[in-house]
Amino acid sequence: MKESEQTMLEIRNLHATVGGKAILKGLDLTVNAGEVHAIMGPNGAGKSTLGYVLAGREGYEVTAGEVLFKGRNLLELEPEERACEGVFLAFQYPVEIPGVNNTYFLRAALNAQRKHRGEPELDSMQFLKLVREKLEILHISDDLMHRAVNEGFSGGEKKRNEIFQMAMLEPALAVLDETDSGLDIDALRLVADGVNRQRSPERAMIVVTHYQRLLEHIVPDFVHVLADGKIVASGDAELALKLEEQGYTWLEQGGIKPLAGANPA
Amino acid sequence: MSTDQIPIKAPSVDHFVQQKYKHGFVTDIESDTVPPGLNEDVVRWISARKGEPEWLLDWRLEAYRRWLQMDAPDWAHLKIDPIDFQAISYFSAPKSDKDRPQSLDEVDPKLLETYDKLGVPLHERARLAGVAVDAVFDSVSVGTTFRAELMKAGVIFCSFSEAVHDHPELVRQYLGSVVPPRDNFFAALNSAVFSDGSFVYIPKGVRCPMELSTYFRINAAETGQFERTLIIAEEQAQVSYLEGCTAPMRDENQLHAAVVELVALEDASIKYSTVQNWYPGDENGVGGIYNFVTKRGDCRGDRSKISWTQVETGSAITWKYPSCILRGERSVGEFYSVALTNNFQQADTGTKMIHIGRDTRSKIISKGISAGHGQNAYRGLVRIAKSAANARNFTQCDSMLIGKSCGAHTFPYIEVGNPTAKVEHEATTSRIGEDQLFYCLQRGISEEDAVSMIVDGFCKQVFRELPMEFAVEAKALLEVSLEGAVG
Repeated sequence: MKESEQTMLEIRNLHATVGGKAILKGLDLTVNAGEVHAIMGPNGAGKSTLGYVLAGREGYEVTAGEVLFKGRNLLELEPEERACEGVFLAFQYPVEIPGVNNTYFLRAALNAQRKHRGEPELDSMQFLKLVREKLEILHISDDLMHRAVNEGFSGGEKKRNEIFQMAMLEPALAVLDETDSGLDIDALRLVADGVNRQRSPERAMIVVTHYQRLLEHIVPDFVHVLADGKIVASGDAELALKLEEQGYTWLEQGGIKPLAGANPA
Repeated sequence: MSTDQIPIKAPSVDHFVQQKYKHGFVTDIESDTVPPGLNEDVVRWISARKGEPEWLLDWRLEAYRRWLQMDAPDWAHLKIDPIDFQAISYFSAPKSDKDRPQSLDEVDPKLLETYDKLGVPLHERARLAGVAVDAVFDSVSVGTTFRAELMKAGVIFCSFSEAVHDHPELVRQYLGSVVPPRDNFFAALNSAVFSDGSFVYIPKGVRCPMELSTYFRINAAETGQFERTLIIAEEQAQVSYLEGCTAPMRDENQLHAAVVELVALEDASIKYSTVQNWYPGDENGVGGIYNFVTKRGDCRGDRSKISWTQVETGSAITWKYPSCILRGERSVGEFYSVALTNNFQQADTGTKMIHIGRDTRSKIISKGISAGHGQNAYRGLVRIAKSAANARNFTQCDSMLIGKSCGAHTFPYIEVGNPTAKVEHEATTSRIGEDQLFYCLQRGISEEDAVSMIVDGFCKQVFRELPMEFAVEAKALLEVSLEGAVG
């Protein structure tokens, strides 16, 4: 087993259930720092579950296997500790928190993480300076900052807000869950551009998507196909193109059974 | 009862606190408590001890006789053991210094911890905890030194007892004119035995130069508290009044039945804000204040406005419906409320908006938060009289549940007697979102911080109606009150 410095995430034989139902059934995945991995797969394959399990969401129970994050057992950490250690999940459906100012929320998050790392908390001046820097890099206007967290945001605004939060929190590992869903092509470009600007040798990303479309804009180093709770195929960006052309049934024809009970004996 | 100042950091208040004794308020603070029980003699004793005129004694006695014929209301969504009104002492003057804790070392550390969390300034803590420093009072109002400054503006702000002596004609004219003694069981009780309270008079055309604030608290165990507050705003007058409460830890249930009357004449406006944080009982529901309050404002003049804002986090039982009678044409009534019940607290609270004048408007924003085993009921009446052409009401009533053992209940009553009226009612009930909580956690925010953030956001519409420093305190209170509600 390689335990090099650059191994960000190592998932071994991960099994997880949701509400008693097995969703992940022996998933293996290794992600190194600086890499972008795309995870594709049909609906119900367990793509979002993987993100939630990594983030530690309640109700997503790991029944077997292990997850090492920077060499450390991720599964024993509370969700907020995982976040503070550098695991970031960009939500498929970002949550609205009425009455809570977006800036206030983000400052609370950033300072909680800084405190965890033993760094001094940012005062509001320092924080706003950072906000301005990041907004500029991402070409995002600051009107989102004056509103309540995701409240009344359009689909595109919500996703942009996620990417902006990621830029502010500077995670070691970012899991982007269906970041392209609900976006038109312009919004998609904007969001993808924001993600690309955050690619760095120190950061790993897992991009979960149903469609190849996003991967034209965020070109991954590796593509994995998740089906029936397992990685059933891995390759480079070419694999995504092939999937797009031939659909997920192509994998079945290749002798792989992506869906449980699809081929009853 | 007592009136002290809220422990906030506003310079004007600090100033007030330091200035307090310069003006040499003098009172005979010989401690005195009547034995438990209520009869005509007790009413006479209270009136005599306060040196009241004959007419007021008669008024009290009449209220007492009414009260005897009334029953305690049982329609509220509250589970209360019957209260033995003969087991309560109806008057308590300040304790003498030797009966008090001599320093903060003698005060319940849990209480001090709460002050710490609330950010109560050090010099306020001893006063709030009832330590024998300077003067600390129970059932007698502390004279206020705002007075001199206010007098310049023609504003009268004094204890109710003083008003009885110094401005009997005003008291006599307005006392009971909004909440008559026969109004309800607790109002009748209060009218018979009220100890003291505040009196405010804003003359015609005067905008009160400062926020008027009183910090009520209860210090004597087993002593009912019966405040009486009367605020009168003459034509075009404006005033903002703040009432805040805190109470030390006590085991015994304490009965509290206050009456507040507001009168707004033509073009006058009164804003009345309350942060109520009385002892709610412990986590098993033992002890805590029983709070039965009658608060009512009368928009007597055209274009007058009365606005109630309340943040209710304390008391074991809260029974309270600050109301507006919109008599004047185009008068406006508002009610903004946050009520939180945690552990075994119960609240049945809301408002009444009685539209009588034409073109009257009212707005109700109610936010109920239930945690632990708390039970929280909103009860609101919107009545549009036949005479109230073009009356408008908007009601928004939101409930938030934290955990699985608490309850939220909504009892709206809408009576429309004029076809041109418009009444809107919106209501929501939500459990604190697991998805909201997870979203916060995923960004690194702790569960406790996440809950207070979400709750604070939920209450925002009400908090922004509070004066700044009060809003800060309200938020801190909510956080402290919610501790341990999750996880």
